[in-house]
Amino acid sequence: MDSAILSLLGAFLLSIIGLFGFIWSLRKGLLVENPAAASVIFARGEVGKIDDPALSEDEQQEMQAAVQTGTVLAVDAAEIADRVDADRSSAFPVFMFIAFACFWLLIGSFAGLISSFKLHEPDWLVQQAWLSFGRIRSVHLNAVIYGWSSNAALAVILWVLPRLLRTRLHGAIWAMVGGTFINAGIVAGIGAIAAGWTDGMEYLEIPWQIDIFIFAGFALIILSALYTLVNRRVEHLYVSVWYMIAALLWFAVLFFVANLPGVHTGVQQATTNWWYGHNALGLWFTPVSVGAIYYFLPKIIGRPVVSYNLSLLGFWTLAFFYGQVGGHHLIGGPIPGWLTTLSIVQSVMMIIPVIAFTINMKGTLKGQMHLARYSPTLRFMMFGGLMYLASSVQGSFEALRSVNSVTHFTHFTVAHAHLGMYAFVSMVMFGAIYFMLPRVLDWEWPYPRLITLHFWLAAVGMAIYFIGLSIGGWLQGMAMLDAARSFNESVTLTAPWLKSRSVGGLLMTLGHLVFVGHFFAMALRFGPHRTGAALFWQSKELAHGK
Amino acid sequence: MENELKLVSGAMVALAVATAALVVLPYMQVRDLKAPVGLKPYTEQQLRGRAVYVSNGCVYCHSQQPRDRNLAPDFSRGWGRASVPADYVYDKPHLLGSMRTGPDLFNIGARQPSKDWHLGHLYQPRAYVPESIMPAYPFLFRLKDAAETGDQLVTLPPSAAPVGKVVVASEDALDLVKYLQGLDHTYPVLPALDTP
Repeated sequence: MDSAILSLLGAFLLSIIGLFGFIWSLRKGLLVENPAAASVIFARGEVGKIDDPALSEDEQQEMQAAVQTGTVLAVDAAEIADRVDADRSSAFPVFMFIAFACFWLLIGSFAGLISSFKLHEPDWLVQQAWLSFGRIRSVHLNAVIYGWSSNAALAVILWVLPRLLRTRLHGAIWAMVGGTFINAGIVAGIGAIAAGWTDGMEYLEIPWQIDIFIFAGFALIILSALYTLVNRRVEHLYVSVWYMIAALLWFAVLFFVANLPGVHTGVQQATTNWWYGHNALGLWFTPVSVGAIYYFLPKIIGRPVVSYNLSLLGFWTLAFFYGQVGGHHLIGGPIPGWLTTLSIVQSVMMIIPVIAFTINMKGTLKGQMHLARYSPTLRFMMFGGLMYLASSVQGSFEALRSVNSVTHFTHFTVAHAHLGMYAFVSMVMFGAIYFMLPRVLDWEWPYPRLITLHFWLAAVGMAIYFIGLSIGGWLQGMAMLDAARSFNESVTLTAPWLKSRSVGGLLMTLGHLVFVGHFFAMALRFGPHRTGAALFWQSKELAHGK
Repeated sequence: MENELKLVSGAMVALAVATAALVVLPYMQVRDLKAPVGLKPYTEQQLRGRAVYVSNGCVYCHSQQPRDRNLAPDFSRGWGRASVPADYVYDKPHLLGSMRTGPDLFNIGARQPSKDWHLGHLYQPRAYVPESIMPAYPFLFRLKDAAETGDQLVTLPPSAAPVGKVVVASEDALDLVKYLQGLDHTYPVLPALDTP
């Protein structure tokens, strides 16, 4: 059959299915708003109360005054007690994952900074094999992807799930055993990469023998999460639970299939590689971060998300479209044409979940944007949410053939990847950690100004990094497309932009030093404020409910 | 939603669709590919050299997939015809690459067949291409006072040669160069047959 007729038939069938889906959603009442479901993150009477544990008592009162809601009701004490129990049950595993994440963040930052310098100082640190660009670059990638981001994501999941399911974390000890396995695996994996033992594919460098440990650890954590899920004491599963449970299962399948030894070969291995590479972001980091925003952002400003149904639409469209976009990494490559086209179409379709998310967050924050002045945690969350919009829309356009022919194979792609993994995912993780850790440790952040300093170092560093490298990458791509210009020209013209990237990376690394230093100060119980000590236990209990 | 089973099964179906499209279908499509007549399997030494290429992460700056002439001027840069799936039947892991910080290497063996050039260029790229930002790989070489029997000496431009020493290539460097010299996909491939 003619391909034109086939595509027409496909479009017709899709429209019919879409129509039935619409009728079904009307019958199920899915298009009627559901404020009750959106409010399950609050205890009874808690809506309207701001919540930012990273702020001191006085600052919280100031922020509360800025909300200007009318009456504040009494908060249901039983539900608060449940929440305190949930937090207490997850405190130790969550602390462990955050500590690992901080460790890897520093390793990853320094490895990244070294890699960045090497691109404009190619004769610097060349005597040792493990410091050569091809290896230290992969050390950076694996340290930040598996070490920092994944540990932080697991900390968020293990902390948020018991709260939302109104139960304690079941199987916490297994989650911790799992975390130990994973981090032992990452240590071994990064050591292997530095020593030159690698599986040789981007995002899949860690040798599959070591991956067995990482997978086993991950499976243990999933068991703990699922066990908590089935022991829940709420009827309704809040949308963050969907995102996080789905993300855990998705990542397990992705990691398992992509690392299967002896199955993938040649071009098919390349499509599998990018199916994995893009889904690690799309079906692991993105849903965890989006789920985190759906919990923390409304919680901080004390107002439920405006359209709960829009968040569900966002979930299912993300689940369906995001999985198939990986082929856009191979546009123009030796893979079947239909596969590239499919991936381009689904990349553009990704605009739907992103717009759904953005409309929802904009509506929720309507009239409350000024609260970002009071709450640094909210600032991180808002920045991350906005960058989700930016990076995802940019990604959709980057997948178009006309744009891709310029940006493919250039530093533009690197800048885009950092917009997603840093400006979006990492900023959300920072914000979540600032919120969670006072609850985890029962201790205030000792030097609140460092949070603001961290934010600006990260935001300004990221801006310099992204803007410079995007310009450099675009110029590089234009030069490579012009047959009249030598290839070397595409190399030399990137030099100033590669240097600006190092400046941006340096600022980000400084921000991380501030962040991790602050974390240590808090873990070691430094600081002028000592609220939450045993003496003030009673008041702490009450403060917990805010 | 109240039902965790619906959530889990819905999520898994979505991923299954993606896996079918990006993993399973390509697997079935390329599983029975025959190697082109002009493509020889890698020799033992080339495979060792390929392992050096993999372990030092050359793939992060060099692609091995020239694009079609109507998409990019890869052909006129001398990088070769657009590659086809059959070109990669012996490749494991694949080394298609996603960056061109340096040039495409799919046909570097045809473009630059000289062993001396490759050895010298690995030792100090800027001795041959002044504006290059490729790292130097001194750890693939040894400096000696005088050559011994069986040593492969590296001939360098005077500016890059160390004073009073000779540069000897390691096994790894020799294997890697053999692999690079073997990267030659200039043989013709027939266009894919149209299915009736």
